[in-house]
Amino acid sequence: MSLLKLENLSVTFGNFRAVDQISYSVNEGEVLGIVGESGSGKSVSSLSLMGLIDYPGKVSADELTFMDQDLLSMPEAQRRKITGSDIAMIFQDPMTSLNPCFTVGYQIIEALKTHQGGTKKELKNRAIELLTLVGIPAPETRLSAYPHQLSGGMSQRVMIAIAIACNPKLLIADEPTTALDVTIQAQIIDLLIDLQEQKQMGLVLITHDLALVAEVAHRVIVMYAGQIVESGPASEVFSAPQHPYTQALLASLPESAAGKARLEALPGVVPGQYDRPKGCLLSPRCPYATDHCRNVEPTSQGPLERQVKCHTPLNAQGRPAA
Amino acid sequence: MSQELVLNAHNLKQHYEVKQGFLKPDATVKAVDGVSFTLEKGKTLAVVGESGCGKSTLGRMLTMIETPTDGQLNFLGEDLLALSKEQQKELRQKIQIIFQNPYGSLNPRKKIGSILEEPLVINTNLSKSERKAKAMEMMSKVGLKPEHYDRYPHMFSGGQRQRIAIARGLMLDPEVIVADEPVSALDVSVQAQVLNLMMDLQQEFGLSYVFISHDLSVVEHIADEVMVMYLGKVVEHGTCEEVFTNPKHPYTQALLSSTPQLSSDKRRQRIKLKGELPSPLNPPSGCAFHGRCQYANDRCRTEGPVLRTTDEAHLIACHAVEENRLTEVSGAA
Repeated sequence: MSLLKLENLSVTFGNFRAVDQISYSVNEGEVLGIVGESGSGKSVSSLSLMGLIDYPGKVSADELTFMDQDLLSMPEAQRRKITGSDIAMIFQDPMTSLNPCFTVGYQIIEALKTHQGGTKKELKNRAIELLTLVGIPAPETRLSAYPHQLSGGMSQRVMIAIAIACNPKLLIADEPTTALDVTIQAQIIDLLIDLQEQKQMGLVLITHDLALVAEVAHRVIVMYAGQIVESGPASEVFSAPQHPYTQALLASLPESAAGKARLEALPGVVPGQYDRPKGCLLSPRCPYATDHCRNVEPTSQGPLERQVKCHTPLNAQGRPAA
Repeated sequence: MSQELVLNAHNLKQHYEVKQGFLKPDATVKAVDGVSFTLEKGKTLAVVGESGCGKSTLGRMLTMIETPTDGQLNFLGEDLLALSKEQQKELRQKIQIIFQNPYGSLNPRKKIGSILEEPLVINTNLSKSERKAKAMEMMSKVGLKPEHYDRYPHMFSGGQRQRIAIARGLMLDPEVIVADEPVSALDVSVQAQVLNLMMDLQQEFGLSYVFISHDLSVVEHIADEVMVMYLGKVVEHGTCEEVFTNPKHPYTQALLSSTPQLSSDKRRQRIKLKGELPSPLNPPSGCAFHGRCQYANDRCRTEGPVLRTTDEAHLIACHAVEENRLTEVSGAA
């Protein structure tokens, strides 16, 4: 069953479209990876799902539903009940997303109290249970620890504990391991995937680490300059990319260049607010761009589960299909 | 010796005294504790490890931003630490550093031109026009346009700023570049551009790199030799190929297996490390890694291992390897 469905979601800041008409859905028990470089709109799109875009940002969509409830038209108070309990989010930097003035226990109990309520003792027991679940040793004593007393990995575990406190159906993880070391990253990702499987949550994993997505995601969405350029099952997108951008991203990874002296670099940078090209946004950087690409913006094509936004999608040999 | 030795470090140490509080004795943090290596001309030595393992401190010692508390550092046969201040200043020009964060390492109030010329103003007697000519030449070498000369750092993207930082490092024709996480703040497509640039410049100028990084896939691509550090000590040191195809130390194995891999056939069996890097204020007895190591025994808990050669050009500090206690870990899952 589809948990979250969005259709042509856009987020604009003044004249600038940070997220440009994206559509996707997340199913129960599914891990959806969203990859893209910085400035591709992956974080802004997830913040908009949580209702965290403030003025002057504007969110508009043809459809934005969570379990068949329209998130955009529902009253603020009702939406507040869903976000934080049914939809929860983990942010990138665990050191700054916890409040330094309150203990870990207070911050976990705060989430529980807001959404579920209960006696003081029940709340405390539940908090201890949660800390045990995310693998924090000696949870009883950790409840009274302040964030500065925890390492990065531990803080991220606390963030996960807060996020799963109310048994969310959908968990959005925005670069959950970018600030962490590889061995700790492995621990945190294992924990997230374990929890996701245990609770059959939908998990949206936002990251710039392609290899990480390739390892854990079922489906993947590739974003570029606010648009979804390619989507499909993770194994297919990574083994046979159809969009030149996905192909270039994969080729620029050092591990794809084994035995070669040079890396395949994509020239140029992601277009910013003032230098968005006409036509296809990738056209100035794309090796296969034609005049048609430079003038006419492509539309997404292909079957629903395998879409690509390109005039000349690449074939299995990695060349444009005429 | 066929190759010219550029840098030769022997038993470098950097210990910091840390105040513990009133009436408590000062503690010693051994940020870098006895690191030795040699660097040949035109080669790249990669230093890898997690945060807090002392790799950046090592970089700061090599560039003499910090003076080592103990050990020897030879640059082209001269003992850097025994020299006078004046002589040090001369030689310091030949070892330059590129920092991790290009947003923080460029002065936002200075134009690119003056950022690039500053090393020349301080260290040479070149005239204004000569300095400008040199800055322009270097800008074209790193792929910046002449009109960028009069711009400020905020007008550039991350990748371009890192190019500026590289150009600044090269202004005094150095022999050695210490690159401290030069690409970790960059996106993958830009990271590839900067890595290519670094490799081109290495060929052109015959530079030697000390490449500090936590990203193993980048290291595998760029390095000739790899040194793995854990809590201030070198645990494994060997040629890039040796370390990546045949990692011996349990920590190196765990690091490699934790790195996500794109293709499923390259994925190694995940070795799960329990716990985190111990605090350098209160390091464990014996081998620093024993608390997280699946092969640890009583000897590991009490006696610190030293770097030993197993075969040519592959050094490992581990009792378990020495005693052959490691069970064979398969390369791929």
